[in-house]
Amino acid sequence: MESDRDTPSGDALVSVRTMEIVVTLLFIAAGTVVIIDSLRLGIGWNEHEGPASGYFPFYIGVIMMLASAGILIRTLLARESGSESFVGVHAARQVVLVLVPLLAYVGVTALIGFYVASAIYIALFMRYFGRYGWTLNVPVATGVVALLFFTFERWFLVPLPKGPIEAYFGY
Amino acid sequence: MEEISSLFQGFGVALQPYNLALMALGIVLGVIIGVLPGLGGANGVAILLPLTFSMPPTSAIIMLSCIYWGALFGGAITSILFNIPGEPWSVATTFDGYPMAQQGRAGEALTAAFTSSFVGALFAVIVITFLAPLVAKFALRFGPAEFFAVQFLTFASFVGMGRASPLKTIASMMLGFALAAVGLDIVTGQLRMTYGTTELLRGFEFLVAVIGLFGIGEILTTMEGGLSLKGVQARLQLNVVLQTWKKLAQFKLTAFRSCLIGCWLGITPGGATPASFMSYGVAKKMSKNGDRFGKGELEGVVAPETAAHAAGTSALLPMLTLGIPGSPTAAVLLGGLLIWGLQPGPLLFIEHKEFVWGLIASMYLGNVAGFIIVLTCVPLFAAILRIPFSIITPVIMVVCAIGAFTVNNAIFDVWLMVLFGVIGYVFNKLSYPLPPLVLALVLGDMAENSFRQSMLLSQGSLAIFWSNWLVGSVFGLGVIMLLWPLIGPLVHRASLLIRDRAA
Repeated sequence: MESDRDTPSGDALVSVRTMEIVVTLLFIAAGTVVIIDSLRLGIGWNEHEGPASGYFPFYIGVIMMLASAGILIRTLLARESGSESFVGVHAARQVVLVLVPLLAYVGVTALIGFYVASAIYIALFMRYFGRYGWTLNVPVATGVVALLFFTFERWFLVPLPKGPIEAYFGY
Repeated sequence: MEEISSLFQGFGVALQPYNLALMALGIVLGVIIGVLPGLGGANGVAILLPLTFSMPPTSAIIMLSCIYWGALFGGAITSILFNIPGEPWSVATTFDGYPMAQQGRAGEALTAAFTSSFVGALFAVIVITFLAPLVAKFALRFGPAEFFAVQFLTFASFVGMGRASPLKTIASMMLGFALAAVGLDIVTGQLRMTYGTTELLRGFEFLVAVIGLFGIGEILTTMEGGLSLKGVQARLQLNVVLQTWKKLAQFKLTAFRSCLIGCWLGITPGGATPASFMSYGVAKKMSKNGDRFGKGELEGVVAPETAAHAAGTSALLPMLTLGIPGSPTAAVLLGGLLIWGLQPGPLLFIEHKEFVWGLIASMYLGNVAGFIIVLTCVPLFAAILRIPFSIITPVIMVVCAIGAFTVNNAIFDVWLMVLFGVIGYVFNKLSYPLPPLVLALVLGDMAENSFRQSMLLSQGSLAIFWSNWLVGSVFGLGVIMLLWPLIGPLVHRASLLIRDRAA
């Protein structure tokens, strides 16, 4: 764990205001996607079926756009506030450092199976964030994974994705 | 008293050794989940739900609901000893609980928290026992229009009573509805918003969303600053417990008020978090020691804990009787019912009597068991928090990934979980509320279906929603709730004016 922490006065990477605007724009984009497909499906009345497939989502999309447009306008009008930091440089780095390995972990799971990928992920996470030596990392990682293996594959009979190494042991 | 005899049959079910063992397991898992950051009631239950697919539904719901009780108890431990609310509803507990712990009164604070939780839960279970059958009987007369009106009221309450900005609540909720609509439309057989991809045919699984939004999202938030745990050692001695119980007797009125607040906000979808804050605020106003709140007042622990537990428990009432969950965790349990092939709603009380009363009986037993377990095992649970964060975090991530994967055995869902994690992180920081999103995702299809059926009945006329007094008043109440952010300030100003005149 890192000892230096973000102070409120630390370097801001993004302001709350900018983030608010980005999120409302994403909402409006999502609303557009919903509305376009609803129009394709039809937003009218089908004989014997009632409202068509696109009826309900269409209005959902419209309300979503109106609400986010409202937030956008309010954010743009509020000049004085919102300049505070959404995330500082150091904090953003921490988040990215957690997020990227997580994505890599999911990708590796798809390739070589869940158990091996999890063991590697836990060991590397402990190594990087906890600065633990391999003599602790490896036993903890393999122990946790072994426990998970018996819990899921044996006791609860829930199969998880497996790769070549599990296949070698006959699973 | 028909309820009493049904309840005793329920105890017969819940007292079977297999169910008792699951109850204890559930409580222990629940407390651990409540203590750990990143795992809470909603996503803890979501992760463990797939494990119960092979169990009989009654045993499964007993275990899962006990996880929920355990998580409610567990939140208090971290709030008091570490000043870290393990759950959002225990934030208010930190206000007085942590100062008490710093003054060396941790044992007193913990005893008070557990006892008030227990009292709140017991009150709510008694309310459920006698009110739920009535509500269910009443709801048997509901047609699609009435159901849509109740669902409308549920969602409108989020706008009117939520603590977040109304526009943000609406945006978040609509995102949930939109995600719920993705996939196969069972009425017309058309594909909606899949844009030709096969992965989206199944739609968005709400369990995956819950795990991502609450689990991964919270871990990302925690990782920002790094986490330093400075805990207070605690051990509960019998004489401290007994002394605290004696002191607690004077807070009867506070506890009763908090029970009522909790039940009210639990049954309407306010949930445990607003209930705990509101109850703390009311207690502070009404107490003669109000000005000492925040500095380690016992009453300041009693009020939020009682209300949070009463709300968390009573949230199951609308879930069972109307099929409308009062909290995200209740929503996850509702998802479980659907997976086990049980349709929540008034018919559940007729067609699956054994299930319903087994669950209600297990609420009594589960809370008693939970109370005993937390009182005796506090040092054990507190020790979990002494495991370094850099070991706990990757393990939680792995467990979340398993949870997301096992819902449909799809890696794609694990990717979605990460995406929802990022959404949860951003929403948290910009205070977009997450519960409306989750509830809309769970109830979206149901709400749409009842809307469509109403429209079919009325041949497309919206007038069906005020065609009789029942549907009209529920719908009207919903409209008031929806417009409350506009009406509320006017009412407030008017009452101020009247008071000024009077003065």
